Amino acid sequence: MGHAATIQVSATHRITSIKRALEIAVDGDTIQVYAGTYREGNIVIRKRVALIGVGNPVIDGEKQYEPISIFVPHVTVSGFTIKASGQSSVRDIAAVKLYETHHVTVADNVLDDNFFGIYLQGSKQCTIRNNRLTAYGKTEQVTGNGIHGWKSDSLVISGNTVVGHRDGIYLEFVTHTDVRDNQVLNNRRYGLHFMFSHENGYYDNAFTGNGSGVAVMYTKHVRMERNVFSENWGDAAYGLLLKEITDSHIEHNVFVRNTTGILMEGSNRVQIQHNQFEGNGWALKIQTSCMDNVLTQNNFVHNTFDVATNGSLMLNKFERNYWDKYEGYDLDKDREGDVPYRPVSLYSMVVEKYPMAMLLFRSFMVTLLDRTERVMPSLIPEDLKDDYPLMRPVVMAYAE
Amino acid sequence: MSKIVKYVIADLLRSRAIMVYALVLLVLSISVFSIEDNADKGVVSLLNIILFVVPLVSIIFSTVYLYNSAEFIELLVSQPLKRRTIWMSIFTGLAGAVALAFLIGVGVPILLYAFTPSGIILLLSGMMLSLIFVSIAMWAAVRIRDKAKGIGLSILLWLYFALLFDALVLFILFQFSDYPIENGMVAVAMLNPIDISRILILLQVDISAMMGYTGAIFRNFFGTGWGMTITVLVLMAWTAVPVWFSLRFFKQKDL
Repeated sequence: MGHAATIQVSATHRITSIKRALEIAVDGDTIQVYAGTYREGNIVIRKRVALIGVGNPVIDGEKQYEPISIFVPHVTVSGFTIKASGQSSVRDIAAVKLYETHHVTVADNVLDDNFFGIYLQGSKQCTIRNNRLTAYGKTEQVTGNGIHGWKSDSLVISGNTVVGHRDGIYLEFVTHTDVRDNQVLNNRRYGLHFMFSHENGYYDNAFTGNGSGVAVMYTKHVRMERNVFSENWGDAAYGLLLKEITDSHIEHNVFVRNTTGILMEGSNRVQIQHNQFEGNGWALKIQTSCMDNVLTQNNFVHNTFDVATNGSLMLNKFERNYWDKYEGYDLDKDREGDVPYRPVSLYSMVVEKYPMAMLLFRSFMVTLLDRTERVMPSLIPEDLKDDYPLMRPVVMAYAE
Repeated sequence: MSKIVKYVIADLLRSRAIMVYALVLLVLSISVFSIEDNADKGVVSLLNIILFVVPLVSIIFSTVYLYNSAEFIELLVSQPLKRRTIWMSIFTGLAGAVALAFLIGVGVPILLYAFTPSGIILLLSGMMLSLIFVSIAMWAAVRIRDKAKGIGLSILLWLYFALLFDALVLFILFQFSDYPIENGMVAVAMLNPIDISRILILLQVDISAMMGYTGAIFRNFFGTGWGMTITVLVLMAWTAVPVWFSLRFFKQKDL
């Protein structure tokens, strides 16, 4: 292989199109693209090049084409504004699409008004970093996902901002992946959505105001740490929906002002620790199909309902959490309440069954019913209780 | 008219009962707000007290006052005054005094500790409830001549609005949960001013939960300009209608 060359592209240089530059380039070359708008249809990358935008050049898909398709490994695409990709209900057209490749980096781009944003198909060890993705579709059908991974492995997705797509980040059959420091806001459906994506970690992300919050399904060995789930509002919106998630860790997250903080269905052996649940409608809905989950050292503050469930069976462990509704006492001064706390209120069971009953919430009648039930539980699950409720909130490691 | 209003208010303030009411509310509110670190939580704690105590005091106090001033009213009627003027002046005086007591007792702490949307709505709906229950008391007192029976009726009315109505609604809810009763339930809630006030505050403090299924229905109604206008009109009707009925009766009453 010869010495790596740098090919410059702009209206004033000898080479004026990216496609032409790709034709003459050899593996290892760098193509510098200067400011300007490039309407070249579908740019196909089949050589190991670095495609670098200088002064924010624009690649326009004219609402017809897939702007960039990458078929080879060791490609870098950075510094571009890529806009107006085509739309299709048959093919998943993306602003940048990776086909069965590895070691590709897509960084520091602005992706505006595309169908899918960055689409990784069967790719390994790729990095998607510091991109800003915005879509404006009015419905789920005319919007694709922001960052979409399919049958991929060992990806790094970090520092991206995803706004207005269908799912902010969608991963299916993706493994060993790190999702870090992303801002995922106001997407149509889910902020983060993954299925069958084992051994992944999600750290320090913020998921705010997404249509239905975050939904994660059929997955083992997930770590979710230091994320913020906020303002996911709506009947079927959840801060975090866990469906068949097993052997996972959910730690040091903040769930604030969601209709439902966490909904757990058929999830087993999940460790939920050191999380802050604040101002949610329901902090935690845990179905009876869940077992062996451990909730400990969490703060439940100012939620309308702390915990709701759908039956009387409870095979999970609640221990040493702080509940602001706890009214017990601590005579031996060990900072743990001496009487157990039952986080499920009678009325939360009633509302679960008859949602309209929310109409009467906080009325004197209802308060009376709740009090009586707490003293003599008959309808609420006998075993759903925290035997050692903390008297003071857990001090969280992070500063809010 | 203004002379009678002034006299009624002066008379009420002299009686001290209204002072005690204001003072109790003041102490309660201040202690609630100083215990709770969060303004919204304070509003929630205060909510139950207000929805319970304000209607009770307004209705009982007004009924008792009306019976006690029966002779004074007779005296006024013998004067060349329209009965309408007399009755409306008494209503204005009573409502003004009770509302003023509430404003001092709860308004001042809210201004100090919880000057938030939820606090302001709590204050406004408390004021409305004061007026409404004075109005209902006027009706109860004018219909029944016997003092004991009259006070009994107003206690019953209070019990109905504060407790029985909710039990009834809960019953309807459970019985008809299989039917599309959502919009009907909002209409039913309009039949009780205490429920209207409670729902208005719920929409502030439990916003996250209210954004759920039922919340969508509430918000479709209360969240829109139309719904809000209707709600305010209904609350005003709750003030005006009982006092109007009582006035009609008072005009023909053989004292």
